[in-house]
Amino acid sequence: MTDIKVTPLGAGQDVGRSCILLQMGGKNIMLDCGMHMGYNDERRFPDFSYIADGNLTESLDCVIISHFHLDHCGALPFMTEMVGYSGPIYMTHPTKAIAPILLEDMRKVAVERKGETNFFTSAHIKDCMKKVIAVTLHQTVQVDSEIEIKAYYAGHVLGAAMFHVKVGNQSVVYTGDYNMTPDRHLGAAWIDKCRPNILISESTYATTIRDSKRCRERDFLKKVHDCVDRGGKVLIPVFALGRAQELCILLETYWERMNLKAPIYFAVGLTEKANNYYKMFITWTNQKIRKTFVQRNMFDFKHIRPFDKSYADTPGPMVVFATPGMLHAGLSLQLFKKWAPNENNMLIMPGYCVSGTVGAKVLSGAKKVETENRQVIEVKMSVQYMSFSAHADAKGIMQLIQYCEPQNVLLVHGEGVKMEFLKQKIQQEYGIDCYMPANGESAYIPCKPVVPVDVSLSLLKKEMALYDTVGAPDPKRPCRMHGVLVMKDNVLRLMEPEKAFGELGLNRHAIRFTSCLQLRLPGSASRAMDQIQLILNSQNTNYPVKPSEEGVLNLESVSIKMESTDKEDRKSMMISWALQDEDLATWIMSSLRQVIV
Amino acid sequence: MKIYSLGANPNKPCNILNFKGVSLMLDCGLDINSALHFLPLPLVASKRLSNLPNWIPKDAQDAALLDGELKECENRVLVDGPIEILPPQSDIFDICDVDTILLSNHACMLALPFITEETGFKGRVYATEPTLQIGRLYMEELVNYLERTPKSQRANRWKQVIQSLPPPLSGALRPNDWKKVYSTKAINASLAKVRMVGFNEKIDICGALTVMAVSSGYSLGSCNWIIHSGYEKIAYVSASSTLTTHPRPMDQVALRNADLLILTALTQTPVANPDSMLGEFCMAVGITKCVYIHSSPLWKKILISFTASTLRSGGSCLVPCHPSGLLYDLFECLSVHLDNIGLSQIPLFFFSPVAETSLAYSNIFAEWLSSGKQSKVYLPEEPFPHAHLIKNGRLKHFPSLHAEGFTNEYRQPCVVFCGHPSLRFGNVVHFIELWGNHSNHSIVFVEPDFPYLEALAPYQPLTMKIVHCPIDTSLSFTQANKLIRDLKPGNLLVPDVYLHPPVSAPLRSDLVIQELDPPALGMKSYQVLQLPIKRKQEKVHLDPALASRLEPIQFKTGLSASTLTGKLDARDNKFTLKVLNEEEGGTLYSAAERMLPRHPWGSVDTTQLLHLLSQHGLLDARVEDTPRGVVIHLPREDTVIQLEGSNTHVYCHDEALRRTLRDILLQCLPCL
Repeated sequence: MTDIKVTPLGAGQDVGRSCILLQMGGKNIMLDCGMHMGYNDERRFPDFSYIADGNLTESLDCVIISHFHLDHCGALPFMTEMVGYSGPIYMTHPTKAIAPILLEDMRKVAVERKGETNFFTSAHIKDCMKKVIAVTLHQTVQVDSEIEIKAYYAGHVLGAAMFHVKVGNQSVVYTGDYNMTPDRHLGAAWIDKCRPNILISESTYATTIRDSKRCRERDFLKKVHDCVDRGGKVLIPVFALGRAQELCILLETYWERMNLKAPIYFAVGLTEKANNYYKMFITWTNQKIRKTFVQRNMFDFKHIRPFDKSYADTPGPMVVFATPGMLHAGLSLQLFKKWAPNENNMLIMPGYCVSGTVGAKVLSGAKKVETENRQVIEVKMSVQYMSFSAHADAKGIMQLIQYCEPQNVLLVHGEGVKMEFLKQKIQQEYGIDCYMPANGESAYIPCKPVVPVDVSLSLLKKEMALYDTVGAPDPKRPCRMHGVLVMKDNVLRLMEPEKAFGELGLNRHAIRFTSCLQLRLPGSASRAMDQIQLILNSQNTNYPVKPSEEGVLNLESVSIKMESTDKEDRKSMMISWALQDEDLATWIMSSLRQVIV
Repeated sequence: MKIYSLGANPNKPCNILNFKGVSLMLDCGLDINSALHFLPLPLVASKRLSNLPNWIPKDAQDAALLDGELKECENRVLVDGPIEILPPQSDIFDICDVDTILLSNHACMLALPFITEETGFKGRVYATEPTLQIGRLYMEELVNYLERTPKSQRANRWKQVIQSLPPPLSGALRPNDWKKVYSTKAINASLAKVRMVGFNEKIDICGALTVMAVSSGYSLGSCNWIIHSGYEKIAYVSASSTLTTHPRPMDQVALRNADLLILTALTQTPVANPDSMLGEFCMAVGITKCVYIHSSPLWKKILISFTASTLRSGGSCLVPCHPSGLLYDLFECLSVHLDNIGLSQIPLFFFSPVAETSLAYSNIFAEWLSSGKQSKVYLPEEPFPHAHLIKNGRLKHFPSLHAEGFTNEYRQPCVVFCGHPSLRFGNVVHFIELWGNHSNHSIVFVEPDFPYLEALAPYQPLTMKIVHCPIDTSLSFTQANKLIRDLKPGNLLVPDVYLHPPVSAPLRSDLVIQELDPPALGMKSYQVLQLPIKRKQEKVHLDPALASRLEPIQFKTGLSASTLTGKLDARDNKFTLKVLNEEEGGTLYSAAERMLPRHPWGSVDTTQLLHLLSQHGLLDARVEDTPRGVVIHLPREDTVIQLEGSNTHVYCHDEALRRTLRDILLQCLPCL
């Protein structure tokens, strides 16, 4: 029984830097290649030296990226161009389109703003993306002769996918980040009953069961509205693509309905371009948007305009979407520094913040926050956490387990304590094993492989016909199958014994038995034979005894013949059979003895 | 394995493949050629059409019966009535028994509402997303056109006297089975049953088969199907193209080494160079200005230069077309060409009730496009240039002639793209009526679905220039023969017509599927064909618990064997062998002693046998040599054991002793 080995290089009992090494059937597969936003040192990237020193191409069979968030793909250029990897990389079309933009964005922040060296370059990103093979949903991609991957819709962000990875008879589903409830622009994650050996699931919201979506939306809108009414400024740190589009749709419709005049800005020149991606990948959005896109494109916003830096000091209310989402750098951090000391203003954090970032500190209630250049900011603005991150909550995770019926679950991308809770719940509810390895720690999951065998159709049909008469199969009666399993060059074939002997080049030895049976049966010899036939066939309709030549009854290799009869109705029967029908002959003899003697 | 043909047009295929107890309908094409027998349905009442004389049959009785149902136009007899079409005919197969319908492309699915809504169909339908969406557009356009111009009374009487009618009407195929087109409601209900699939997505059918769509290169999302039983592979090739246009290229690798290749929907314009013949043909039908341009690699150039010369001379160009597919390529190359020759100011008009949707959809199917077009969305830019043409106002699209804004935009010369290519309904009827008598205008036939002269019949005499330039990107016979050689199928099945030269060119023996070994099978319309594919094996999964109990005997490296007895669990056509529990085992011979079958080989060593017999207290054994072996007598037990090489026969009437002897014998022989 071969084990499947799973080693998180990131996201093991942790959120951020998703990077999971999967080893099964002699293949090494990397699931996601993310960076950690909370670190500025080498901990930012996964420790690739765990796999190999230097170039990874020899040690890895493929890399699969679930979606474009940087904590899932941020280390990819570093890995391919600086560490060295030239094997295949798989991601969906939208991810392939959008990931390089976010990577470039992050690169700029890291290099130009923070002045970091030893970071990947724009050229690295381009070269890295050239190695990417784009896949579509549900397409079966043959990575090599043994690895097969298939993408499923994951919701979370545009182009997010879950991947079913199959090597031989073993398979694993990796969810990436997913969302089991449809939102304003994306649909819900879906997977079929693929029954993998392991489901590797994210568990960001392992313990939360979030209140209904509508309530959260109303809450969010009310808070924004109140703040704008009192003349305050609302800062919403977001990533350029993804959550931002959903919030834009939400605010746009609310502004229209309430006829609000306060300006909404979307920072970074990305808006239009980002929305263009949404327009062209509309097949990845939800039903409603797809249905109406011909008449009205949801991503043409009327109330939302591009932001200019000079607006930061303009008096009066405004709502600003600014990147990045965790307040760790860039415009969102600048605006935060400016607006934080005013209690009229408001900060809405719509997503999860990696620990160590300014966003995380503010969210944990810090009233004074120190930024990278030792500057201390006083936080007087109200801080709201609105869980808009499209992750599955505990209920959603349980639902997904139900969908795909895994034999084991392995949790990643969540906090250890919360995972522990969910783990118990999964074990209780589904009675399956649940693992939660920490970073660098390997989980060995034993797998009972089901062995596929080629069975000759004649054998199968014979057995089926014997036990499963047309029209009325009896589910209670098991269908017994007997044959010889021939294992030749790792191919297993089940066949009739006669064929197997031919295949093995052996001379079969036939053993035959002949016994005499004394019965007391009235009437003539032929009448007695008719009666025997009737008796046997009434007991077993599936296996009819057939008369052949004069006075002989046949069933498989068994033949029943009348030897002699006398005046006292004593009949002497000769029964003859081959060894393989021993059971049948024994049954016939005992049935005859019981009924007649 | 059997195949049932439900249609007569190999380009609008509809066949049912019966394999492994599963019935798969391959495509659901709708042949609209019957429309050509009808008078066009104009949007505005046409004086010319309504003044056409009644056709007068020789038999006065017939004339009374017909009551003006048939009209005559330039020696052609046409039916004056609502247009009827021939759906696939299911008289040889009960549609209720169809498990699954596989659709290849938008052009091969238009009969779907007839099948799913008007029969007892209960199965599933699979198609790619573009096929579904574009197919919907075609259906909606068809229904919209026909509903816009309703005719109250059905014309049925002529069908009773069909034998006495002149050709081609007399040769109308199964007119009594013609039906009115379906409703919008039926379209929605029918398409709601379609499940979307991606290319290379493996789909399980009833647990017995796996099917997979692979790109066919013909249109957006068009596919061929691979049907796999786990052992046998069947490749179904519908409309396919090896030319480079906008769709994803054809995936030929996936079709290789099939046990059966079903090939249909080859080019509809196989005749390579019909120029000489065409002259006569044109004279015969009285067309003086007919230019025929064969679809060749140069088709774009020729078409465009002709369009350009029409436009230069101040005339406009009418292009009857379907609302998707080829149209996108026409927009692209025509606009580029007009730019090159300084005619950028010429407006392009596209009329169709589904024009807007078609253009919008074309730009969101990036994943289904050629890599060149696909790479544009990464910029992000629209993959097709017509998005740009619409933005800068060169391409204008309207749902119909009456649409708001059209009159303001309309100016000549212009190029008008509109349907329907049969010229029997849709906006095109209006434009022919409008421009037909002007020699500086021209009509350019590009769609290959309808014979253009027949399409034009009710409009004769015409003065406008006629250009026949059918563009069919589907496989030609040369390409098909090459494909077959490359794919090396075990058996080939094609429509029977492909095995003979086309009717229009009986001497062109190159326009057939070439001889093969084994010979290609011909599928005749509306008939059943038994196919020579025999299944030999099936996949069974060994439960780990059962697998671990096996004790295989190794014969040499890489070859071992073991008997195996298990409980066969058949669920959804998937088989698993599990451990057979003792209490479950003997139901057949419930009273019998249970014994697992054993299979001995080799021969019995007499000395060893005698030794074992004496160990069991059988000391009176007497050995007698015979010509073929030995006979061992046990006189006290009235028992004889006959040993002849690899045969042993035991004559014994005492059951207990017989069992002992059996066990002794098995001890003397190696067993599986």
